[in-house]
Amino acid sequence: MTETNSTELIRLSAAQLAAKLAAGEVTAVEVTQAHLDRIAAVDGGERGVNAFLHVNTEEALAVAAEVDAIRAAGGQAAEELHELAGVPIAVKDLIVTIGQPTTAGSKILEGWHSPYDATVVKKLRAAKMPILGKTNLDEFAMGSSTEHSAFGPTRNPWDLDRIPGGSGGGSAAAVAAFEAPLALGTDTGGSIRQPGAVTGTVGVKPTYGGVSRYGAIAMASSLDQIGPVSRTVLDSALLQQVIGGHDPHDSTSLPDPLGDLVAAARLGNVDGMKIGIIKELHGEGYQAGVENRFNESLELLKEAGAEIVEVSCPNFQYALGAYYLIMPSEASSNLAKFDGVRYGLRVLPEEPPLTIERVMGATRAAGFGDEVKRRIILGTYALSAGYYDAYYGSAQKVRTLIQRDFEAAFAKADVLISPTAPTTAFKLGEKLDDPLAMYLNDVATIPANMAGVPGLSLPGGLADEDGLPVGIQLLAPAREDARLYRVGAVLESLLEAKWGGPLLDKAPSLAELVETQEAK
Amino acid sequence: MAAINRDDVAHLARLAHIEMSAEELDRMAGELAVIVDAVKSVSEAAGDGVPATSHPIPLSNVFREDEVGHTFTAEQALSGAPDSDADRFKVPAILDED
Repeated sequence: MTETNSTELIRLSAAQLAAKLAAGEVTAVEVTQAHLDRIAAVDGGERGVNAFLHVNTEEALAVAAEVDAIRAAGGQAAEELHELAGVPIAVKDLIVTIGQPTTAGSKILEGWHSPYDATVVKKLRAAKMPILGKTNLDEFAMGSSTEHSAFGPTRNPWDLDRIPGGSGGGSAAAVAAFEAPLALGTDTGGSIRQPGAVTGTVGVKPTYGGVSRYGAIAMASSLDQIGPVSRTVLDSALLQQVIGGHDPHDSTSLPDPLGDLVAAARLGNVDGMKIGIIKELHGEGYQAGVENRFNESLELLKEAGAEIVEVSCPNFQYALGAYYLIMPSEASSNLAKFDGVRYGLRVLPEEPPLTIERVMGATRAAGFGDEVKRRIILGTYALSAGYYDAYYGSAQKVRTLIQRDFEAAFAKADVLISPTAPTTAFKLGEKLDDPLAMYLNDVATIPANMAGVPGLSLPGGLADEDGLPVGIQLLAPAREDARLYRVGAVLESLLEAKWGGPLLDKAPSLAELVETQEAK
Repeated sequence: MAAINRDDVAHLARLAHIEMSAEELDRMAGELAVIVDAVKSVSEAAGDGVPATSHPIPLSNVFREDEVGHTFTAEQALSGAPDSDADRFKVPAILDED
């Protein structure tokens, strides 16, 4: 295969790759190798994107070869191949995999191998999708920039001096840098959608329970959700269709399927639909370029026949505060298991006595980074006697109020719309010393997690002032993920018609960026 | 509501089994005070009549058949352990020497 072919292959969407594979125009090994070559060219260490913590070369190529052999042999086995068989994918390193290390971006798990696969990974294996590797993240998914990874930050493919969002910056950057057509992320307060917004990619947080959480290392169990990362709305629908569905291993998993998401993405029609602007989630506090692109999307949807209405969600003003009580509370409990006994790091205290309690204290001190420690302490505080009612209890009541706001809003609109994040990608290091400023990145994405409703972020264009990607967020009622794909696909096609192609065509040449970075 | 101070953080760090240096306690107390101040409005947001929501989409009576499913061998279960002995996790003393 020529180099040109390889360069063209990596720019194809998952749906396009699937079609070429099915038609025999390209082999799964060629497709997988093209992405591995791209990873080798742009991801490496100090100078590169640093989206991958582990590259799974051997296994990915073996799975691809298996798909090619089945297809070449023909017959029933070839016919039964999944539509996405041979289409490679990257997996956020919070999701456990047999045969590859899982670190959660933390020193406390460095070198650890899971003895089991997450349910979503089992489903990828059943579909015979080659897993390219594990992607970087903020430690235990705590952050909005990947700067809290113990293994160095991921860089934004649009500008290597900027953050790729977080916590799933690795998955979003891998997809934006054409290192993978698809990736898995996890979203507790925006960790799929906000990285999607700042890298010009698509990210979806499904309805809570729509995708099994079994095998996703838990941060906040009542908020965490695994979901797809891709470059097109249709590709996310295809991937959610693979990973979704009931799982007896996850007792919060929804028993009923969420309908045909791929058909919804292909339907492409918003005529007569009511789309609600959330008054509280734009305007003041949002960058001008973000606001401009948001208004432009509203105009396009209106021209396509949608009715734009305004809704008010007054309790969203408390969502961020309530989130930063509930999430650390659940995280402090979930992370208690990292104690140097059953897996991961064990650090012995420098001085005697050598008791297990002191080993735990030394292990957690050395193994956890600052942000994880902050959240554990905050959660321990919110749950402690005397504060429980005022903090955790109140936050749970606010959760009810947020659900009521959504109910009222969805009585007036089929889908809600807002910017995904208040700003475009900021510079690496810019907010690292100001935890509160970092938390504000998630102001528009958190309400969906609090209420369990699905959300999708898609590229809305580039901000005038800095030329960086802006994300548009769509929200639907619980179990109505199909509506996100239906509206998202329409908006995507209208925007791409306006731009004359995908937004990522406007991104600078990564090969040149990496070279410039190297020269610095 | 009371602000969080250095002594609180030291106490919480002990509860959470995280050793912290004096410098770390100072820094953490300052950062957490800012965060706690920013989230305290939450306690005034909801009235007494509002019920609490613990899970976004409540499911009740989630049962499965009472059957033995997949289980790990001792070797698999111990594969990531920092220390083990005779098919068991091995830890230092549970109690103080004295």
